Amino acid sequence: MSGLDLIRSAISNTFRSKTRTTLTVLAIFIGAFTLALTSGVGTGINRYIDTTVSSIGANDVMTVTKTVENTTSGPAKYEPNTTNVESATGRPGSTVEAITAAELDGIRAVKGVDSVEPVLTARPNYVEYNGGTQYQASIGGFVSGMSLDLAAGSEPSSGTDTYEVALPVSYVEPLGFTSDEDAVGKTVTFGVTDKTGASTTVDATVSGVSEAGLLGSTSLTANDALTTALYDAQSVGLSSSSKDSYASVSLRFDPSSSDDQVSTIKSDLKALGYDATTVKDQIGSFKTVIDAIVLVLNGFAVIALIAAGFGIVNTLLMSVQERTREIGLMKAMGMGAGRVFGLFSLEAVFIGFLGSAIGAIGAILAGTALNGVLANGLLSALPGLTLIAFDPASIAVIILVVMGIAFLAGTIPALRAARQDPIESLRYE
Amino acid sequence: MPVPVLAARDVKKSYGRGAARFDALKGVSLDIEEGESISIVGKSGSGKSTLMHLLALLDKPSTGAVELSGRDAGALGGRTLNRTRNQTFGFVFQQFFLTPNTSVLDNVTLPLRIAGVGGSERRRRGMEALERLELADKAKNKATDLSGGQKQRVVIARALVNEPRVIFADEPTGNLDTATGAVVEDILFDLNRRTGITLIVVTHDEDLAAKTDRSVFIRDGLIVDRKGESA
Ligand SMILES: Nc1ncnc2c1ncn2[C@@H]1O[C@H](COP(=O)(O)OP(=O)(O)O)[C@@H](O)[C@H]1O
Ligand SMILES: [Mg+2]
Repeated sequence: MSGLDLIRSAISNTFRSKTRTTLTVLAIFIGAFTLALTSGVGTGINRYIDTTVSSIGANDVMTVTKTVENTTSGPAKYEPNTTNVESATGRPGSTVEAITAAELDGIRAVKGVDSVEPVLTARPNYVEYNGGTQYQASIGGFVSGMSLDLAAGSEPSSGTDTYEVALPVSYVEPLGFTSDEDAVGKTVTFGVTDKTGASTTVDATVSGVSEAGLLGSTSLTANDALTTALYDAQSVGLSSSSKDSYASVSLRFDPSSSDDQVSTIKSDLKALGYDATTVKDQIGSFKTVIDAIVLVLNGFAVIALIAAGFGIVNTLLMSVQERTREIGLMKAMGMGAGRVFGLFSLEAVFIGFLGSAIGAIGAILAGTALNGVLANGLLSALPGLTLIAFDPASIAVIILVVMGIAFLAGTIPALRAARQDPIESLRYE
Repeated sequence: MPVPVLAARDVKKSYGRGAARFDALKGVSLDIEEGESISIVGKSGSGKSTLMHLLALLDKPSTGAVELSGRDAGALGGRTLNRTRNQTFGFVFQQFFLTPNTSVLDNVTLPLRIAGVGGSERRRRGMEALERLELADKAKNKATDLSGGQKQRVVIARALVNEPRVIFADEPTGNLDTATGAVVEDILFDLNRRTGITLIVVTHDEDLAAKTDRSVFIRDGLIVDRKGESA
């Protein structure tokens, strides 16, 4: 029997006992549906994290800090020529050893590093529009290569001298704009108090309005020009050595660097006494947690699929039993044991395919409907989050895995059919 | 003297072992010439079907040999054995063994499908076989919707479709009333006479046996009589 005929016969045999096939397909459907949904949740959340990641930082950027000395064996010795600054990541009030302007050249010299910029922390007191109510504002820098999830306008442009800022949607109405679009192009004013106690203001143009993300949802995003202007304004009165001491600096590397090259840069910096983390590192641990949860959920779905596999065994054993005579006849007519095995295992694989394909389609439909409901309800505070996302590769993997399970389940009945003795099967008195 | 198409050389066949051992054939020798019709006759349990299964290469003798065109069939490997059975033999059983819910044409072309013959060629040869048995108009019917006589004609069409050299008929009329049984007999003998297909009929019915060129009578696993031997 040719391969094509074998497949065709297996498919038509599947539909011979409709009730039995339907019930088995249903069992697989439930497993495949669950598996597709749970892995869809994984895909959706991870995809959301990825877009959020690109809004917190570009892919070719590392944040560099001085390596914190091991303090478990006692306090670190004071070095007279170093400065301590407030830690950006540690416990409130804790300090870290600062990186000074003089050290930047050393970092710049590391192989693979394109440029080094200090991370300036701008802390304006308030933001206001047109003399209206003043609101507290926290500023996040904008590095080129980073992308914002925008509701209106465009990202603040880098490489320009004009001061530009992107407002989060939550600021639009309080500041007195009528809509997101209305805010774009308007000028807002930041109030800054310097170290001498004097107040100054800095004006900036609103380039766009950003959607609230999972992280930094209430941060304003300023371009380099604005950040520097705010930093300079707040640093009036500081000694130049304090002004030029940074808790962290950001360096850029070639975006096409491989993971190996990136880790080489990291270890070179480590040798110089710096810790470097990429955005990927920062978000990696978060993703690990999501992946672990999805893995557990997928585990349940796979258990359901294994149960469905026993359904396949049962269905096909019945079918082999019923078709004893037919199998005997085919073998008497010269059909080889391998082909008989193929016929029944293909039938199992086809049942698996039916169940998983219908399950995947069902999951996509249900997921899409659920996303619609959630976007207007539970998750309306997180625009841009599609909780259940389907990627064709993982759907294909699910279908293939189910077909694999079905094949394994089918081997028991298929072997029984293949081993059948034609004379025994055709015996009658 | 021509080489016999099939020959049994002192064939013995026993089932079971030790105390449960049962000798179904106790040494049978038989030559079957190309183009003849021969009947194997005996009471139920005498060993007729066992002999037929050995001749049809469905089973191997415990001792002795079965020869196909003068060559020991015991030496054939699984694949060759399957191909030989598919291309050389046609089977007609007492029970029809038609696949229910499948069209008459699909039932008839089963041996061709097993042989790996392509779809259009299969249809052509299947229809040809059905036409020879005047069943062409039933090609699309379900096999289960036919009368007993029609079913047995479908079975004969299926046995013919791969143009075999030998047709084995095990109690071909056992399930039919006398009139339709006679029709089926006529078809089989007509085929044998007109196309020269070797016909091996297994039966307990002496009237049917009398219509074949030659008969061998079996009792308790031994040939006890031969009729119509030429030499
Ligand atoms: N697989 C088997 N195991 C044990 N005994 C068998 C088996 N096949 C056939 N026999 C016995 O061998 C004898 C001959 O069987 P069979 O050739 O089918 O007889 P017939 O076709 O002449 O009625 C019978 O007694 C039967 O019970
Ligand atoms: Mg019998």
